[in-house]
Amino acid sequence: MSVFGDRVVRVEDPKLLTEGGTYVADLRIPELDGAVHVTYVRSTMAHARISAIEADDARQAPGVVGVFTAADVDLADLPAGSPMFNAAMTRPFLAGDTVRFVGEPIAVILSERPDQGADAAELAWADYEPLTAVVAPTDALTDEVVVHAAAGTNIVVDLAFGRTDDLFDGCEVVVTQDVINQRLAAVPLESRAAAAAWIDGRLVQWASTQHAHGARDVLARVYGLTPAQVRVITPDVGGGFGAKIGAYPEELLLGWLARQVGRPVRWQETRSENMVGLGHGRGQQQTIEIGGQRDGTVLAYRLTVLQDGGAYAEVGSILPYLTRMMAQGTYDIPKVEFNSRSVITNTTPTVAYRGAGRPEATAAIERAMDLFATEVGLDATELRRRNLIGKGAFPFTSATGTTYDVGDYERSLDLALEAAGYEALRTEQRRRREAGDVVQMGIGVAMYVEVTAGPTAGKEFAKVEVEADGSATIYTGSSSHGQGHHTAFASLASEELGIPMDKIRVVHGDTDLVASGEGTMGSRSLQLGGSAVHEASVGIVDKAKQIAAHSLEANPDDVILDKVAGRFHIAGSPTIGRTWAELAQAGAASADPLTVITDFQASQPTFPFGTHVSVVDVDTETGQVTLVRHIAVDDAGRILNPLLADGQRHGGIAQGAAQALLEEVRYDDDGNPITSNLADYAAISAAELPSFELVAMETPTPVNPLGAKGIGESGTIGSTPAVQSAVVDAVSHLGVKHIDMPCTAERVWNAIQAAHLTKKGVA
Amino acid sequence: MDISISITVNGAVHQDDVEPRTLLVHHLRDGVGLTGTNVGCDTSSCGACTVLLDGESVKSCTVLAVQADGGAVTTIEGLADGDTMHPVQAAFQEHHGLQCGYCTPGMVLAAVSLLREQPNPSEVDVREGLEGNLCRCTGYHNIVKAVLAVAGGAS
Repeated sequence: MSVFGDRVVRVEDPKLLTEGGTYVADLRIPELDGAVHVTYVRSTMAHARISAIEADDARQAPGVVGVFTAADVDLADLPAGSPMFNAAMTRPFLAGDTVRFVGEPIAVILSERPDQGADAAELAWADYEPLTAVVAPTDALTDEVVVHAAAGTNIVVDLAFGRTDDLFDGCEVVVTQDVINQRLAAVPLESRAAAAAWIDGRLVQWASTQHAHGARDVLARVYGLTPAQVRVITPDVGGGFGAKIGAYPEELLLGWLARQVGRPVRWQETRSENMVGLGHGRGQQQTIEIGGQRDGTVLAYRLTVLQDGGAYAEVGSILPYLTRMMAQGTYDIPKVEFNSRSVITNTTPTVAYRGAGRPEATAAIERAMDLFATEVGLDATELRRRNLIGKGAFPFTSATGTTYDVGDYERSLDLALEAAGYEALRTEQRRRREAGDVVQMGIGVAMYVEVTAGPTAGKEFAKVEVEADGSATIYTGSSSHGQGHHTAFASLASEELGIPMDKIRVVHGDTDLVASGEGTMGSRSLQLGGSAVHEASVGIVDKAKQIAAHSLEANPDDVILDKVAGRFHIAGSPTIGRTWAELAQAGAASADPLTVITDFQASQPTFPFGTHVSVVDVDTETGQVTLVRHIAVDDAGRILNPLLADGQRHGGIAQGAAQALLEEVRYDDDGNPITSNLADYAAISAAELPSFELVAMETPTPVNPLGAKGIGESGTIGSTPAVQSAVVDAVSHLGVKHIDMPCTAERVWNAIQAAHLTKKGVA
Repeated sequence: MDISISITVNGAVHQDDVEPRTLLVHHLRDGVGLTGTNVGCDTSSCGACTVLLDGESVKSCTVLAVQADGGAVTTIEGLADGDTMHPVQAAFQEHHGLQCGYCTPGMVLAAVSLLREQPNPSEVDVREGLEGNLCRCTGYHNIVKAVLAVAGGAS
């Protein structure tokens, strides 16, 4: 497959660049003519009883068509997000007698124009009787205040795999550290948006989602319909990053609202709503314990996690399972223990966010390795090298039962150190330290292995169809929100079919047009969706050969496809042949259209890996950190289109650096969000980042025909601990051993001061 | 209470009656009917709504439609020359300076404005010049590369 490695620019771009995309809010379609606008009234309290909702003034406001509260909604509450969760932790569409987080919808207003809805929302209010807000996950654990009374506890799920007292027996050195993996906001540039209409008895929903078929199935359950009675369409989607995988109550209620008013409805949230309504990511408190020998051999590792689930039991509460899968990272550690509990707090529910459970694992083990290296007096890279899983050990089954497909971790380390000029960096660091420079240099090295298209073996749907004009259409169950599916899948198909890319359409994100789909999440699209497209493309060439053979009165085995001409002929006799168009017409005439469907099923997930080196400057007088360089080796198996793969890496690195340095969702002690817009939340900008230095490495995986692993999240998983480690490293000679993320100037400055006082024996 | 305004948008004059509080971005999207300009936040932080007003980039969520009365606005729909993309648009495609596309119209127009002010910017100039435009997909790497490529090509 020679198309691999070709730098193909995106076919998606001209429209996005000259007209802009067509996002949900941009839809100007007949089905939504006369749509009323939906505005949610949101709780201003984190935890309170609602004694009354006063909405009369809102009902009388100009343009208002209807106002509804929980008392009006006759849909069953949404179930807890997993069968493993406490089943009593259900979620109402609109809060009834209790609100559980700031931003939870308590009423909904329908208006002719969106600004009228915003005005009317200001006139609606609730009479609250405040309850004690549970904000800290450690407070949730005490169950002194139970947020879901019917559940009897705040614990959503207890992933208890056992704890032994003798785990560290025989270890000469044991290091322990509490670590925060802070709560983040996904901040897709397009906030949540959806529209709904009942057309001929079917519910049609336009949604900004990563998973159209998933949304269809949830809608069907909510409304007691069959999946065939629901159609979900995703127009262009302005970013998702995991937080748009699931369907939210605000979207799911739209069909009900459309029924109440007998008109289509549309909803576009504001950014300030998005910052409290879209699920947050991360939110783990971790305790790491690592033990081994003074020579640098790591023998045992324990990770204990307290996951902040937020106010309702959603995907975030199950993510520690992925943290457990990847707990020991790239290292051959004989004994590993993992336990976690996920708890309810009076905050925005947590969901998947780029990496989803794996960055938390990597951040923990990489911090542990750094701390252990410091304790035994080894260079952090040398300690890693001594404990790496060897190249010959694959498939490798970890102590937590995860089977890594293939890797060469040491080579990724070598490549990264070489590209960074590691020794020269250490020399410069020594020079600055000896000179006592105000601005010190820090070098962070982090290694990772993560799981993509998991946690269990994944599948994806593809259909390839050749039309009577010789063009082709690909239908994929994967769904793009910026990744470049059209370009990637069209190039894969073009390679097999010999039909030029500009004659290949790609259809996704419409449940009527695509029979099934697993969506885009967990870095799965190329390895599953692409493998499906590849197999369907191979299949349709075979099918076309059969038709051509029949037409040419030849044996199908003797028919070959001239990919340059897009034409089939008998080997050795190129003068007489059949074009794709002719074969498609013949197929249509024989009532067996030239179409092939594939449901690709992978045998197991894949495990991309790599090494990141980060270089920072830290002003020791102010604590200010500047990210100076970032070098990344990311091995995601075979690379189809380096342009797209590198783009994924860039974006991932930026989001990881943002977690390490800047971003954090924060609440005050009463559960009031204090980062609820883009003026207060420190979303990273161009001015805070350098250009990145990417190093290529490809170790094909045997588990799919493309040899490809996922690349969507690796950048984030590798960069976060590398940047954090660099910051700590910059001030380690001052006695600092750990700084929690985000490593803001204030935190770094405080860490320096605390270390200074400790040295002087004051604290 | 509506006020009559006249704005030239992408070369065509649009006369409309608008409420005084109407933001330029909402007028462009709902009044003029050009949905290429996106709304990304409500604090003038993200720059998704950036357009050119009389040749300079403005965040159209921070300008009232009535303030643009008599002015000339260029949106993403008006930047190309027929079927020929503006050099900044072409560079964004060539260097993969966009993924989901939502920040793109604003980012492209901010870059056009930046290059008019600083035809030969350094990388730091580009990064600081685009600080007010957030992108969540690209890590800015290829956006910066695209803008520098246009500058390099022009010099």
